[in-house]
Amino acid sequence: MSTALHNLVNQPYKHGFVTDIESESVPKGLNEDVIRMISKKKAEPEWLLEFRLQAYRHWLTMKEPDWANVNYPKIDFQEIIYFSQPKPKKQLASLDEVDPELRRTFEKLGVPLHEQKLMTGVAVDVIFDSVSVTTTYKAKLAEIGIIFCSFSEAVHDYPELVKQYLGSVVPTGDNFYAALNSAVFTDGSFCFIPKGVKCPMDLSTYFRINTEGSGQFERTLIVAEEGASVCYLEGCTAPQFDTNQLHAAVVELVALDNADIKYSTVQNWYAGDENGKGGIYNFVTKRGLCKGINSKISWTQVETGSAITWKYPSCVLLGDNSTGEFYSVALTNHLQQADTGTKMIHVGKNTRSKIISKGISAGRSSNCYRGMVKVGSRATGARNYSQCDSMLIGDRCEASTFPTIDVQNTTATIEHEASTSKIGEDQMFFFSQRGIDSEEAISMIINGFCKDVFVHLPMEFAVEATKLLGLKLEGSVG
Amino acid sequence: MLLEVKDLRAKVAGVEILKGIDLTVHAGEVHAIMGINGSGKSTLSKVLAGHPDYHVTGGTASFEGKDMLTLEPEERARAGLFLAFQYPVEIPGVSNSALLRLAYNSLQTHRGLEELDPLEFEDLVHEKIKVVEMDPSFLGRSVNEGFSGGEKKRNEILQMAVLEPKLAILDETDSGLDIDALRIVANGVNSLLTSDNAVVMVTHYQRLLNYIVPDYVHVMDGGRIVRTGGKELALELEARGYDWLRVAA
Repeated sequence: MSTALHNLVNQPYKHGFVTDIESESVPKGLNEDVIRMISKKKAEPEWLLEFRLQAYRHWLTMKEPDWANVNYPKIDFQEIIYFSQPKPKKQLASLDEVDPELRRTFEKLGVPLHEQKLMTGVAVDVIFDSVSVTTTYKAKLAEIGIIFCSFSEAVHDYPELVKQYLGSVVPTGDNFYAALNSAVFTDGSFCFIPKGVKCPMDLSTYFRINTEGSGQFERTLIVAEEGASVCYLEGCTAPQFDTNQLHAAVVELVALDNADIKYSTVQNWYAGDENGKGGIYNFVTKRGLCKGINSKISWTQVETGSAITWKYPSCVLLGDNSTGEFYSVALTNHLQQADTGTKMIHVGKNTRSKIISKGISAGRSSNCYRGMVKVGSRATGARNYSQCDSMLIGDRCEASTFPTIDVQNTTATIEHEASTSKIGEDQMFFFSQRGIDSEEAISMIINGFCKDVFVHLPMEFAVEATKLLGLKLEGSVG
Repeated sequence: MLLEVKDLRAKVAGVEILKGIDLTVHAGEVHAIMGINGSGKSTLSKVLAGHPDYHVTGGTASFEGKDMLTLEPEERARAGLFLAFQYPVEIPGVSNSALLRLAYNSLQTHRGLEELDPLEFEDLVHEKIKVVEMDPSFLGRSVNEGFSGGEKKRNEILQMAVLEPKLAILDETDSGLDIDALRIVANGVNSLLTSDNAVVMVTHYQRLLNYIVPDYVHVMDGGRIVRTGGKELALELEARGYDWLRVAA
């Protein structure tokens, strides 16, 4: 491998600092008392405690999944802190009252908490460890009937809505980590777009894990009623610790008739150091339900962080003529492991799905696409197109693809394309012969490779993603 | 003097391919390097451009009087050396115009000149593309992806037209070209020739030399230049083949 190709993957993690802030946590470990304590701290209604306990009891009967192409030491779930929050000084009346230390943290991360300083046209909910710090533009959105707030607030202010949809897409016993999340989730974002409303600005949640040893278990629920549409963005970072931290989130999306939800993620959790020490275990369940006719759910993700990523944003295409999309770039470096992909479950007639997955592996990492396209017997005229491309940088990394196709209706059309390429000596020499240095060359090759996904990201995210991939690969090629 | 090569020796994968090359190129000259497969022609072009797989084991090479063997490939390119590749690479998702602009601006920066913004560059590249009679739609397409053999070679000459090198080495640019494409490529190269630059063509065949007329023809064999003459040497090769010049194998 050329020296140029070698140097591009070793940029230090920029978000690895820890905020010195007093936090209050529940003792580490998990049992029914801890769950009751979390529920009590959050002053939750009885039905939600029941939901948690039921999930917990189910979880106790379940086994950690071992089918993914990832290896890690057994997690001791009794060593994790399940609830941690910055000590509240008092009830916040406005954004200006947010703890200055916290505000500085988010400014350092590029997420200013002042509305006037925010990226224009984006409303942000900010989650620090287990709790939502603030949500911007809430009042403005409320004028047109949009609810955008932290999950805890939603539980208090809109219990009927939460009760109606919580767990309706990802049931409590869906899988090991979803069950765990359902038992201990602490906060997250809630977003409700009423009938006929097109959300005029992008909604965004920024997740930050700060406390060492704590897990983050957030819950996001987005409901778009008939004819509504929304574009939602999610970003995340964590400090640099030598220990591993667990992030087990659940995201549920519900789209009713003619509704449209676009969900974009740039995931940059701490990935561990170049020897694989530390980093986030990102075990996430994301699923969207296209419940109504002509509804559409589109997932776009750029996964660059985490020591281990285990994540399959999926669509259940229940409504006739509904559409599911999945656009993904997953980049792994050093000793990172990613097992990611999607499930497209076609239930309704004339349902359509599209999967574009781009995996980039560098260093000694392992990058795996795992996908399932399922066409049920009733899904007449269903169509799927999948494209899975892998790119290897260097010769010590690994890329694999595990597509599963299960078709029970003869009128379905399924297409699957896959390719594997390598940033080769010849490409690098070509760029250098044209006077272009290796880092620019790699960034150009990678961005070219990911173009089909980046075009689906909102502008700010596309710019951020491009920069992030460049930084992540700095020093890995050469 | 643009290029001065003296007793240049080089190895690839442990095998000595160049066994003492002497070559001098002045501005305003056109050189042709001919020879059978395996004579070392393409190796010479890659060694001069600085390909990392090729290791110089002896001799010297200077560009405008400065030792070029210690320079990185991109530094040689920025100094004005251009290699038109025998097998141009494909770069999926990267548009031709984006690549050309990055390369152009990289040279501008290193020459202490202003970079061009996308609109200014658009004007420049639309002029240059006429040199190779390519449709402007090629600018928006991914570099060489889905291009025919002839289109790839024309694309190399387009890069040469944009970057305006002092010395261009064309490594078998004529191979795989039909007669129309050959004429277009040759016309393009001819239109770029001035008294300040020079071209070294590496080729098997005399037919390219009907279109780009060389001042000097060199015949390589066994890693050495075994004969140098004027353009009539190429015609003689065409008539007699290479055997009469070959050193005993």
